[in-house]
Order: sequence, then C-alpha cells, then structure tokens
Amino acid sequence: MSAYVTSVLAVIGINVMLAVSLNMITGFCGQFSLGHAAFYGAGAYGAAFFAAAGSSVPLSLLVGIVVASLLGLIVGFASLRLRHDFLAVTTIGVSFLFVGFVRKQSWLGAEMGISKIPPSGLGPEGNTLLIVACAVVAIALSLYISRSWMGFGFRAVGDDEDTARTVGIPVARYKLVAFTLGTGIAGLAGGLYSYFTQFIVPDSFGFIVSVALMAMVVIGGTGSTLGVVAAAIILTLLPEMFRFVNEYRLLIFGGLLVLAMRFAPDGLAGLGRAIVTKVRGS
Amino acid sequence: MTSALQVDAVAIRFGGVQAVAGVSCSIARGDLVGLIGPNGAGKTTLLKIIAGLLAPDAGRVIIAGMDVTNLPTELRVRKGLAITHQVVRPFRSMSVLDNVMLAAGHRVTANPFVALLRYRRDTEEARAREILESIGLVGEEHKSVMALPLGRLKRLEVARALAVDPVLILLDEPLAGLNQREAAQQADVIAAINAKGITTVLIEHNLAEVMRVSRRLLVLDQGRIIADGTPHDVMTDARVREAYLGKAQDDAAA
Repeated sequence: MSAYVTSVLAVIGINVMLAVSLNMITGFCGQFSLGHAAFYGAGAYGAAFFAAAGSSVPLSLLVGIVVASLLGLIVGFASLRLRHDFLAVTTIGVSFLFVGFVRKQSWLGAEMGISKIPPSGLGPEGNTLLIVACAVVAIALSLYISRSWMGFGFRAVGDDEDTARTVGIPVARYKLVAFTLGTGIAGLAGGLYSYFTQFIVPDSFGFIVSVALMAMVVIGGTGSTLGVVAAAIILTLLPEMFRFVNEYRLLIFGGLLVLAMRFAPDGLAGLGRAIVTKVRGS
Repeated sequence: MTSALQVDAVAIRFGGVQAVAGVSCSIARGDLVGLIGPNGAGKTTLLKIIAGLLAPDAGRVIIAGMDVTNLPTELRVRKGLAITHQVVRPFRSMSVLDNVMLAAGHRVTANPFVALLRYRRDTEEARAREILESIGLVGEEHKSVMALPLGRLKRLEVARALAVDPVLILLDEPLAGLNQREAAQQADVIAAINAKGITTVLIEHNLAEVMRVSRRLLVLDQGRIIADGTPHDVMTDARVREAYLGKAQDDAAA
C-alpha cells in the first residue's frame, strides 16, 4: 500500500467511527448533537497527553475513551433537561467551549497543540490497520445495537419521550447510555487520530468538524448505520478525488445537506430502500 | 383490601389557573370508573399527575398501597399502571406490531444493559399478536402507524397500554373522534379488559357509552370532584346537571 492510500484509509476509518458514533446519539436516540468534534478532541487530547508522558498505547487510548465519555456523560445530563433545539444549541456551545478551553491551556500546548506524541510502534500500515479494525468493530456494534432491545428502546426515546415512559422505558438512562457510548467511540477515534498524526492542534476539533459529521449522518440517513458509513466514506473521498471539491468543501457539504433535506430526507439509506422496493416491484 | 388507586388531596396550579384543587378519591380493585366533567375541568391534568407525567404542587398518589408520588412514570408502569393519551401518540417510526411489541418487552427495556444483551423478540412478538387480535387489529401488524385512520390508532393506544400487563389502566378519551359504531365497539373492548380484572379509569365525553359501561362515575368540575356515585345517581344530581349538562345545553344553544 502506498503511503497515500494508507493515510486516506486511516482518515476514512476515523470519520466512519465518528459518524457511526454520532448516529448512535442522534440517529438511534434522537438527541441532536452539534458538538461531536469536542468529544473527538477530548479523546485525542486525553490520549496525546498520556502518550507524550510515556504511557503505553492501550492505556493512552483508554484514557481518550474515558475522558471523552465523561464529557459525554455531562452533556448527557444536560440533555435530560433540554428539548431538541435547546440541546442542539447547547452542544454547539460545547464545541466552541472545548476549542476555546484547549487554546488557553499551556499544559496542552495551547495554540500550538501537542506535537511530541511518540509513534505507536505499529508503523503507518499498522496504524491504519488498527483504525480500520476499530471502525469495523464500531460498525458491527452499531448494527448489533440497532437490532437489540436497547436499539428498540433508543428508537422509542427518539420518537416520543413521554410515550416511551408510559411503556416503562427509563428515558434518562437510555439518553445517558447513548451519550456515553457514542462519545466514548468518538474518544477512541480521537486517540487513534493522535497516534496517526503524532501532532494535534485545537482547530482540528472545531465546530466545522461537528457540522461535517452531522452532514455525514443526515446525508447517509439518520438512524441507518450502513447509510451513514457510506456517506462518511463518500464525503471523505470526494475532496481527495477532486481537487476542486477540497477548495469548496464546506460549500459542497452544505449544498448536499440542503439537497438531502429537500429531496431525500431519509438520506442515502432512504434512496437505497426506494430503489430496492422499485426493483422488487418491477 | 387496599384500593387499586388512591388520590389524596392532589392539587396543581398553572400560572393563575388552579387546574386541580385538592382532589381525593379511591378506586377499588377491579372497578370500572368513569371520570367525566366539562372541558377544562382538570381530568387530563389529574390523569397526568397519577401517571407521573406532571408533578403535583401538593397531595399524594398511591397505587396498590404504595406511595408513588415521587416515582417517575416508568417505575409506576412497573407497579402495574398503564395509560393512553387523549391525542394519540404512537411511536411514529414503527409498525403497528412494533409499537405493541416494544410495550410487551417492558421488562427487558427496563434496564438498558439487559436490553443490550437481548436480541430475540419471539415471546414479545407472540404476546403483541395476541393483544392485537383481542383488540381487533389483525391484518395490519406490519403497516406503518402513519397509514392508520384515527379509529385504529385509538385501538393501538389501548393495545399498547395492555401490553405492559397493567393491573390499573387509565384511558384518556379513548372514544373521542370515533363514529357511533366504532365508539360502541371500543367501549365493549374496554368493558372486556375490565372483565379480566384490570381496574379501569375511563375519562370520556361520550356520556352514553360511559353510562353504559361504568359502574361508578366521578364528576370533576373546575379541579374539584362535585359528584361520586352510580351513573344513574350522578346524572340526576342537580350540581352535575348545572356544571356538566348545563354547559352542554349552552353549547347546543350557541
């Protein structure tokens, strides 16, 4: 594998993990979050800080997961008191707060970020393999959850919280589980990113990244694991394949988002289902 | 014997409106009680307080001898309570069968981690199909709830409430919006549910059907109980005629 292919695959793997984990929170459980990059960043910084201090790779990655999911748990508690649009605004705030906080912390390298992250020892191909393996596990977990009774409960909470309570579902616990699980996976993606680049800066985890991740979820089809995976791969590859796309990346993501909302509110997953129904019908 | 439901001096105020003003009543096990009263009397508010969807300013709610005033709705459901909403609220992304199956799996979904480890749905599906059959919703299991007419959605509400295996069921206007035939059928279904030993509280504006199936009537007006007795006694009560039927005559005149 060329160095270029290895690195593109790693970025795809990380974006797939992020999009799939955001889909657990927003797609499965109906909690609209525009701050997912903050959890990704918390994981990246947590892992990078420990790695730079000499921790082993598994321990650093574990720290990334724990830091991100603790932050996720806190935001999850906020979600218990807030309804949809207020939660979206709150998570936007979390996104800005995270970058604003990290920029001012000298122990986290402030504006310059953390640059002395030691190599994982796996080599570039080994790193990519680990990332892709984690992405596959995240996809498998997401597919399993959506078919389990927990996924069934998440859907009920996402549909109508009061009705979910009347069939005995502890709504608060489900929301906290969704946030902790989803942000924990984002934290793992962050830790893997730190080892992959060996250099992180605050701006890699800004609001724009959160919006791009939400675009992947919506364009893929909110709630559909495979649709979201497809969208994450396509939206990561587009700027790589066409140089002009990279220059107009935000414009194109935004345009696709608007088009999806207007013509395919169920995203790629919805389009896929429509095509299957049509083919079977004819 | 402890009563199935006891409401003790329950009150709630919304801004300047005293929606429920110190209501106390006790519902015996196995009874079928109609809760009636003019619009805005506080019936739905009282039901939401009993269900734990609203927290009262004062008073206690006791289900089967246990004070549940501070318990969230989902724990009251585990104590045997089920409710239906006045305005139908199905899980919109699910099929008819899934709506009922989810409720039938209430013991599994009660803990997210138990729910995570469970994949099979066969027992719950069988139970859901059984309930759908008993309630007359056969042949529509796989339809999206969005495709159902109101009459069917009203039945689905009752089916979903039954699926949590209640000992006490609170029905908020299950006949509203139904034509005469549908309303009579739905009232028969409710009487059949009660005949199985499930204590039933029925909030309803359809007086003919409430009188037909209830054994006891409670009349709520301006947040207070103004009459309590057999349907016949209550409907001949002067205060009830004034508060309830008087308003109905005004409406007819308008």
